[in-house]
Amino acid sequence: MLTSLHKQLLNNYQQEFPLSATPYLDIAESLGVTEEAVLAAFDELNQQQFISRIGLVIAPNNIGASTLVAMAVPEEQLQSVAEIVSLYPEVNHNYERENIFNLWFVLISKDDMHLQTVIEAIELETGFKAMQLPLLADYFINLGFEIDFDD
Amino acid sequence: MIDDIDSQLIEIFQQGLPVVSRPYALIGQQLNLSEDEVILRLTRLKQQGLVKRLGVVVNHRRMGYKANAMVVFDVPNHLADQIGGHISQFGFVNLCYQRPRHGEKWPYNLYCMIHGKNREKVLQQLDYLIESCGLAQFSREILFSRKCFKQRGAFYQVCTKQEKVLSDG
Repeated sequence: MLTSLHKQLLNNYQQEFPLSATPYLDIAESLGVTEEAVLAAFDELNQQQFISRIGLVIAPNNIGASTLVAMAVPEEQLQSVAEIVSLYPEVNHNYERENIFNLWFVLISKDDMHLQTVIEAIELETGFKAMQLPLLADYFINLGFEIDFDD
Repeated sequence: MIDDIDSQLIEIFQQGLPVVSRPYALIGQQLNLSEDEVILRLTRLKQQGLVKRLGVVVNHRRMGYKANAMVVFDVPNHLADQIGGHISQFGFVNLCYQRPRHGEKWPYNLYCMIHGKNREKVLQQLDYLIESCGLAQFSREILFSRKCFKQRGAFYQVCTKQEKVLSDG
């Protein structure tokens, strides 16, 4: 169960997490609770996987090279092809989506040359063509995620 | 630009900020940096825009947001920036990117992501978006996610001089 403290932590600290020596104490003071309560609540949110982490969201394409890739794979081969793709450490997300292009994954690598080598290897190993969809422009200002706690 | 120490800092951060009283000091210890220097570097990375945000990364699925649609549009190139900027203003839109077209088999150049608690809600939000931004005239496809084969969050493998393979974040 999420307490009101959990909900405040989830909603209020996606964007403005304190960059001070004692961030959890600062949060506790602004919410009128103890630092111990805040630390315990974050431990619970982590353990129960309501949050992935307290972390950095990096602007895409600033560090290394990355691209979104789509493949059109016959239904009966999808699972095995997806498993091959997932084994590459450069592959980040790997999802099935409802489309003729039904396998979508993100590749991240140190530079473009290595990225192309990995894509060629995946094409060779799976026998399917990889459609490369690198980012050209990012319009999204990441202000975190609006959570609706109702229903 | 970022230096090697910034890269190492970002790499260590993939595991998440430790939940202890002095988390930046603890991260600093692993990199031989003072607490102040860790905080200064993070502040600079945010100011430079390399770090979009530092904070709680919510697990959408666990929060009950199980419907995830990638919506792709074929809009004229010269309008992409304007429309992309407009789409990004909506609270239920989670990402908005321009990507290259691939001829007739994939003519789409504008992508956005909508997370919702269910499919109906996502489709309602999409209708609202299409109406508000005047997108009805552009061809589009809606690609709901089905199976997740691999998910490492917003995981960025930062390769420094000593290249390492990182464990799942």
